[in-house]
Amino acid sequence: MISDRIFRYFLYCSAIIVVLLLVSIFITLLNDSMLSIRHFGIGFVTSKEWDPVKNDLGSFPFLIGTLLTSFLALAITMPFSLGIAIFLGEFYREGFVSTFLKTVIELLAGVPSVIYGFWGLFILVPIIREFQVKFHVTPYGVGIFTSSVILAIMIIPYSASIIREVITLVPNDIKEAAYSLGATQYEVIRYIVIPNSLSGIFAGFLLSLGRALGETMAVTMVIGNSNFIPTSIFSPANTMASVIANEFTEATTDLYLSSLIQIALILFIVTMIINMIGKFVIRKLGYSDKSKKKMK
Amino acid sequence: MNNGIKLRIIKNSIFKILVILVSFILVIPLFLIFFYIFKMGISSINIDFLINLPKPVGETGGGVSNAIIGTFMLIILSSIVSVPLGIAAGVFLSENRSSKLAGITSSCIEIIQGVPSIVIGIIAYVWVVKPMGSFTALSGSIALAIIMLPVIVKSTEETLILIPHSLKEAALSLGVPYYKVIIRVILPSGLSGILTGILLSLARISGETAPLLFTAFGNPFMNLNLLKPVNSLPLLIFNYAASPYPEWHSIAWGASFVLIALVLVLNLTAKGIARKWKVQF
Amino acid sequence: MESTVLEVKNFSAFYDRVAAVRNISMDFYTNRITAIMGPSGCGKSTFIRSINRMHELTPNAGVSGEILLDKVNIYSMSPILVRRKIGMVFQRPNPFPTMSIYENVTSGYRLNGIKLSKHERDSIVEDSLRKASLWDEVKDYLHRKGTFLSGGQQQRLCIARALAVKPEILLLDEPTSALDPKATNSIEKLIVELKQTVTVIIVTHNIAQAARVSDYTAFLFLGELIEYGLTDKMFTTPKDKRTEEYLTGKFG
Repeated sequence: MISDRIFRYFLYCSAIIVVLLLVSIFITLLNDSMLSIRHFGIGFVTSKEWDPVKNDLGSFPFLIGTLLTSFLALAITMPFSLGIAIFLGEFYREGFVSTFLKTVIELLAGVPSVIYGFWGLFILVPIIREFQVKFHVTPYGVGIFTSSVILAIMIIPYSASIIREVITLVPNDIKEAAYSLGATQYEVIRYIVIPNSLSGIFAGFLLSLGRALGETMAVTMVIGNSNFIPTSIFSPANTMASVIANEFTEATTDLYLSSLIQIALILFIVTMIINMIGKFVIRKLGYSDKSKKKMK
Repeated sequence: MNNGIKLRIIKNSIFKILVILVSFILVIPLFLIFFYIFKMGISSINIDFLINLPKPVGETGGGVSNAIIGTFMLIILSSIVSVPLGIAAGVFLSENRSSKLAGITSSCIEIIQGVPSIVIGIIAYVWVVKPMGSFTALSGSIALAIIMLPVIVKSTEETLILIPHSLKEAALSLGVPYYKVIIRVILPSGLSGILTGILLSLARISGETAPLLFTAFGNPFMNLNLLKPVNSLPLLIFNYAASPYPEWHSIAWGASFVLIALVLVLNLTAKGIARKWKVQF
Repeated sequence: MESTVLEVKNFSAFYDRVAAVRNISMDFYTNRITAIMGPSGCGKSTFIRSINRMHELTPNAGVSGEILLDKVNIYSMSPILVRRKIGMVFQRPNPFPTMSIYENVTSGYRLNGIKLSKHERDSIVEDSLRKASLWDEVKDYLHRKGTFLSGGQQQRLCIARALAVKPEILLLDEPTSALDPKATNSIEKLIVELKQTVTVIIVTHNIAQAARVSDYTAFLFLGELIEYGLTDKMFTTPKDKRTEEYLTGKFG
């Protein structure tokens, strides 16, 4: 049948296009950052000076800014997403409270990042500035800490839902075995559920980290746009994503543009590796679970 | 012995309270975000706000109609590219699960899904804006199309995998050609799942800002030309929020309200479709 | 004297080059019910799925030998044409979930893009549903979804759907294995009636079912055809020792 063959060919092509899309994204980034890679070499990531006027372009401050905001955000996220995951995965799997909390999480996940940034700028920044005045820190308001708080709110829904799924995969029979030995719910969670889903929890945090690293708008709006190495967690800074957002349209020279694209390339590679590791761990969990079911 | 048990029970209760407490702290930011957007947004929203163009600095009033039209224009354009391609790739993945290409394709999809949206913006800049020499609505929709593609592919694949194999066999055994089996039997059976995926991806891209910064760029005027810059709600919020003018800030709050409402409506419709149109096998 | 509708000649079917059905030769007779029985894993399902070329949909499947429908090798015909001439009903009832009962019955035409007048459609629906003894139960609900019917009714709907395209042969692959005894009983009655319109080939692992419904029985074991003949004869005086052991419940 000729039409069948055309149809199959069409499906095949669509899959090929997806593959080509990713390949060309990578080649484009590499090609357009070549100028900067050739010009600066490894110094691009180690140099602390970012001065487009003098063509001194070192991205080290942004690496630091990105790592600080993301890891701080992750640290804030951890207790909350674990708590929510346990709440929804162990204590209240169904019922009114669980539906309520799930809706809250879905709503938070649906808020566009620019609105987080806007809200952060006008509501959170003044609050943080007041605290800074009280504790005698330079009252910028904006900065790494503020960005991390916003980022944390943004990634909690994501990490919490991954971890919830992971802990519901823990087989019921081993939990029941522990209960039948007289363990309390706390002990079952502490000694059975958490240890059995440790790699999944790790993957959940890793995937959230990947999100935080690449998040642009909210961070751009509250981080303070400063191209110097931050001196404390309250100082203004720039992340890799926010410096691109702030300066891309102002990049007048080819070298300047190329170095911003190189930052994008680094961001692309780092998030790709983190996501691949995270997804790999999650997938392995899923498979081992399926094979267990088959054995029964 | 008795004491030990008491201690353990107390520990258990403390833990449970802590978990509940920590979980419900999350409600605070949600409440604050929605409260402020509602409070600040509702006061600037009226019919004029929705149908007028922005006014220059200093004049009061003015609306965001250009951004609303622009947002719709961008998401419709990106759907035209992404929906057919995404569904086709999703069908390919569910139909050829064991093939090598399917494995590679689904890895690629996962990687594309993880690419930060600002990087996609750069890609659209290099591919479209640079050769054409100007910021365009077209380049913005290309960027958004790349972002929505993985969502559509995955939801299509996941929906179709759940459709019983026997359905395909039944159609084939009636002597129906393969392409008709897919288009007339399999896709309609998965329609609700696929539609849900499309709506969720629309909700996602209608709030995207980063990929539009140097593609669609923003435009204070109404524009329906694909080859000119166009405004969108998130772009307008970003530009106005960063401005020093209080009247622009209140327009940004109003725009946030409209944007949140749009995203919510898309999400709720998606949920409704997923529930109501669910096909029973 | 029986007339032959389907001739199988030296037919083998493979998965990954491993033969699941080995060197089978047999004739199927017009308007007769032939049961294919055997223990699970004997290749009976593979065999019946080869008759309408569904077997080749499995990855790495292959065949050798010939199956002649009215003297024409089905492996030289378009699989789509083969499947229109040889209908099939599966283990689990599988009505199309997005279509009504009416649309399910006419789906063979609709999906193949064959336009029919309303009158033709109506008569095909009534005729097919009557042949599947479902008409009286569903005639008032023709526009409801087929998935609301009971399991037995769904299976009869699937039979009506297969009959609607007027096949020469109807293949039934363990059509009652997912049904309760009452539904099974009504399907069996229906099968016996069906032979007036169509040649029926039924795969079953239920010996009693083969005895109740079929005119001829073939016994497959480890992919080979052990014995084939009139059902009455085989059940009373089996020629092969393995057939006898199977019929008396020694294995399977």
